[in-house]
Amino acid sequence: MLSKRIIACLDVRDGTVVKGVNFEGLRDAGDPAALARRYNTEGIDEIVILDVTATAEARQARAHTIQAVAAEIFLPLAVGGGIRSEEDAAAAIEAGADKVSLNTAALERPELITTLAKRYGSQAVIVAIDAKAFRVFARSGQAGTTRTAVEWAREATDRGAGEILLTSIDRDGTKTGFDCELTAAVSDAVNIPVIASGGAGTFAHFADVFTTGHADAALAASIFHFKEQSVAGLKTYLSERNVPVRI
Amino acid sequence: MIALVDYGAGNLASVRKALAAIGAQVWTPSVPGELGRAHGIIVPGVGHFDATRALTDEWRAAIQGAAVPLLGICVGLQWLFEGSEEAPDVPGLGLFPGRCALLSASRPQDLKTSGPFKVPHVGWNSLSMPRPSRLMAGVTEGAQVYFTHSYAAPLCDDTVATCDYGGVFTAAAERGRVSAVQFHPEKSGDVGLRILANWATLVRRSSERQPGAEADAL
Repeated sequence: MLSKRIIACLDVRDGTVVKGVNFEGLRDAGDPAALARRYNTEGIDEIVILDVTATAEARQARAHTIQAVAAEIFLPLAVGGGIRSEEDAAAAIEAGADKVSLNTAALERPELITTLAKRYGSQAVIVAIDAKAFRVFARSGQAGTTRTAVEWAREATDRGAGEILLTSIDRDGTKTGFDCELTAAVSDAVNIPVIASGGAGTFAHFADVFTTGHADAALAASIFHFKEQSVAGLKTYLSERNVPVRI
Repeated sequence: MIALVDYGAGNLASVRKALAAIGAQVWTPSVPGELGRAHGIIVPGVGHFDATRALTDEWRAAIQGAAVPLLGICVGLQWLFEGSEEAPDVPGLGLFPGRCALLSASRPQDLKTSGPFKVPHVGWNSLSMPRPSRLMAGVTEGAQVYFTHSYAAPLCDDTVATCDYGGVFTAAAERGRVSAVQFHPEKSGDVGLRILANWATLVRRSSERQPGAEADAL
């Protein structure tokens, strides 16, 4: 049976993990490669690097981070944040990413999805959708659009996306649970996997999004840094509740 | 030395990295003639079956004519079968019998938007081993590996691992010097590394048995 995937997100700026992380007790605090190594040991299914480096050297810095993380894991590795062009995507894949995640660039130039799907295959192209009250936002949630999450997910699928990474802006960072209503609406509307993101706080939140939310995978950043909420513990919890996971 | 055939179908970095991790030496031949000095050949692949069109008659002859272990990965497995619905006019090598088809989960009559079988089949799924094999030695029943594909090969006498996703398909095959996996061992954690190490062992044994293979092929 296909397992529900647990994905760890590394939010990286200038080569350091930045967002919502409790570094206490971590010797290599903030080092993406050290975190990746730990997640790998704990049984994470996949890693996403969200690189928000905003400098002229961003592409090179991103490549360095990707190489460092890829060297630690034999797992699927996706990279998002600042993938604006075919060249950005090529550089990320060249550095060791298996998939790239497009967000604002795909909204501005939807044909980029098709270009990358033709060049690398749909399995290498994730379209990330940031949504608030079912409405799509661009530029890290700063710019509203006229699109709804369901319509955009359908269009992205038609254009060649292989997965949807759906983030609830309302829930992001709140630890109040995934937006199961939004996730189910999008997951039911497309025939490609949907990764739920935003709001993970407890093990029960993951169980909810895999059952009532119809998610194929769930992504979280900060939750896994707390020792009482290890990836292994989460998987045991889900397994006991008949959610198929890789143990 | 293992020849990793690069026909432009995606990125080979993770395959190279995994082979390095198990101590295998790899190079990417630029012309088919170089395959003569390979102790083992890997045909990787992600994406579309049509990309195998780049494997010209010269490449096909060199790969088929080599006497060394051969491993197909993902689309590389599909190419070792007779062909695929995905690109019907592009022939496979036909070393395994049967043609690859769209995962049955995605046949129009099976399409359920809220159903459990989305295509592509992406993620970790469990393996079942119908019989022992060298490739899957030490891999336990139910072990999970990472898949990402829309088309799959049918079951055949050479099937040594199966996976069920809206229908049972060949996850791994082995006959003589030819091995193949539909999943990505290079992205499948310790289980994947074990499978690659099993294959590397076949390469080592084969080169020990035939020290003159290099000279003969040249």
